[in-house]
Amino acid sequence: MTPELAGDLVGGAATAAVPLLLAGIGEQMSEKAGVLNVGIEGMLLAGAFAGFSAALATGALWPGFVAGAAAGIVVALPMVLLCVRLGLDQIVVGIALTLGLEGLTALLHRVLFSRLYPRLPAPAHWRIPGLADIPVLGPALFDRHPLAYLAVLLCAALAWLYRRTFIGLHLAAAGVQPAGLDAAGVDVVRVRALAVLGTGALAGLGGAYLAEIGAGVFVPFMTNGAGFIGIVLAMLGRGNPWLVLAGALLFGAGLSATTALQVVGADIPTDLVQMLPFAMVMVALVAFGRWASLPAALGQPFRRGR
Amino acid sequence: MKAVALPVLGALLASALVLLAVGVDPLAYYGIVLQRGLLSAHGLAASAIRVAPLLLLAASLMVSFSAGLWNLGGDGQFLLAAVAVSAVCPPLDALAGPWLALPVGLALSLAAGALWAALPAYLRAWRGVNEIITTLMMSFLGASLANTLIKMAFRDPGTTVPQTRILPVADRLPRLFGSTVHLGVVLAALVLLAVHVLLARTAFGLRLRTLGASARAARHAGIDVARTTFVALVASGALAGLAGGVEILGVWGGVRADWNPGFGLSVVALVCLARLNGLAIAALVPLFAVLSVGGESATIRLGVPSAFALVFVALLLLFLALGEAAARMRR
Repeated sequence: MTPELAGDLVGGAATAAVPLLLAGIGEQMSEKAGVLNVGIEGMLLAGAFAGFSAALATGALWPGFVAGAAAGIVVALPMVLLCVRLGLDQIVVGIALTLGLEGLTALLHRVLFSRLYPRLPAPAHWRIPGLADIPVLGPALFDRHPLAYLAVLLCAALAWLYRRTFIGLHLAAAGVQPAGLDAAGVDVVRVRALAVLGTGALAGLGGAYLAEIGAGVFVPFMTNGAGFIGIVLAMLGRGNPWLVLAGALLFGAGLSATTALQVVGADIPTDLVQMLPFAMVMVALVAFGRWASLPAALGQPFRRGR
Repeated sequence: MKAVALPVLGALLASALVLLAVGVDPLAYYGIVLQRGLLSAHGLAASAIRVAPLLLLAASLMVSFSAGLWNLGGDGQFLLAAVAVSAVCPPLDALAGPWLALPVGLALSLAAGALWAALPAYLRAWRGVNEIITTLMMSFLGASLANTLIKMAFRDPGTTVPQTRILPVADRLPRLFGSTVHLGVVLAALVLLAVHVLLARTAFGLRLRTLGASARAARHAGIDVARTTFVALVASGALAGLAGGVEILGVWGGVRADWNPGFGLSVVALVCLARLNGLAIAALVPLFAVLSVGGESATIRLGVPSAFALVFVALLLLFLALGEAAARMRR
């Protein structure tokens, strides 16, 4: 393997990993609090569309990220109302959100962008001095858009939040023993609602990164299952954001390996390479059995006095 | 009746508002959808053909959902069965004719779907691994494997496009009454009816539903939970495979690389909408077929993408869920 190919592989993996990471730690937050969020694919798409549109309108990327996160929160609102407050089936509402946003963003794309197919210019990177000078890995990992570093910082912040603060304890209690949390005088509905809104913000940001940095363009259905990979990462992450990061890099490598291999003209069928991360997860599940541990009350609506 | 009519009306109205907001005349849109999806001979046939794979996928989900199991890997099972059928049936047809190739193809598609569901089923039944993760993983794997197989193993050397050999039109599933509608539509309806009866009227169906209601209750009732779980998921995979087989043997005759109609998630929504009721599914699936077939025509005429049918399904799902919540609160 040439150094260029190695660099391309790692760099491509890092770019592809950021949306997966944000979707994964977002999903993890909901799941921790006992809400299985199947609507995350829709939140990613909403973030991608809003982020791309806002970046196009303002000519700057950061308003796009804000708009992406806001769009994710807007999509999370019906989930809060219907699943957390009214206790409706989380999987049904989640699927409705995903399908609805797939259709809606495809419609808006057609109305707004299908004449000119606008693109965003290539984003500016932040070189981290010193680290970026490491051969091969340096430019691939430490010469990226600032949001990529921010995503890793968010990972660290959430890991701290879950382990060291009352907020983390409340989240975990809402997912494992909501009645106990209620008895302790904490509003379960509020904790879960905030967790779902947080999921929306993180997933929306991930979608915005995908459209603004990853692709530079919005295409209908562009998330292509990234939200579902996020759900898998959250389930395998056992409540630990760092495990989600590891998984996101693994899947990112699998998703981007195809492009890197095509660039160097390697004679490996791309479809085989794409199977790798999924096959690895299946092998891990066969070997370690019940690795994915889920909160006891996941998917169950909480109603007081039952 | 009111519990269904109101949400349908609400979803139609809300979709119309969405269309108005982007500057499309909703009446024109609904007019084209009705005309091209239902009222023209060509559209009616196209919608009827679309119903076949959707009904079989719905039957597949009814089996697993009634046991409380989420088979979200329908797309992978569908595609691999389609590839298996496309690999075997055209050569077999050339050797022995359609009377052997068609039944073998249908059986093969059942087997391929079941095989692709077997690993998640085993892991769930005896190792306690969440089936949502494993079926999703196997679905992504299956889609890539299907492409690999088409390009590397079963590629038709006679064409430049990566695709399998194609079954001649005359040797596909028989057409009905001189139309383009094939026998698979009838087969799908019969399978859905059989699954409905199986779940509602047989001891096996009762075991599945008991397991779905409560695994602990099922264990106390003496049901072999692991075995029943395995059978439910594998049977669900087999039916999803049959959907792929019928679509190939009835419509396409072979598979192109990267072909993936992606029916999976929409059908999950339809089955949730119907609350696992076979009759309600039999009503909702044709409605969705008309919407999606008619919607594809509206793409060309009005610039509304075919994916807009998904917005209607989503709104219908939300309104039905809301209606139920309202009914519960009144009690």
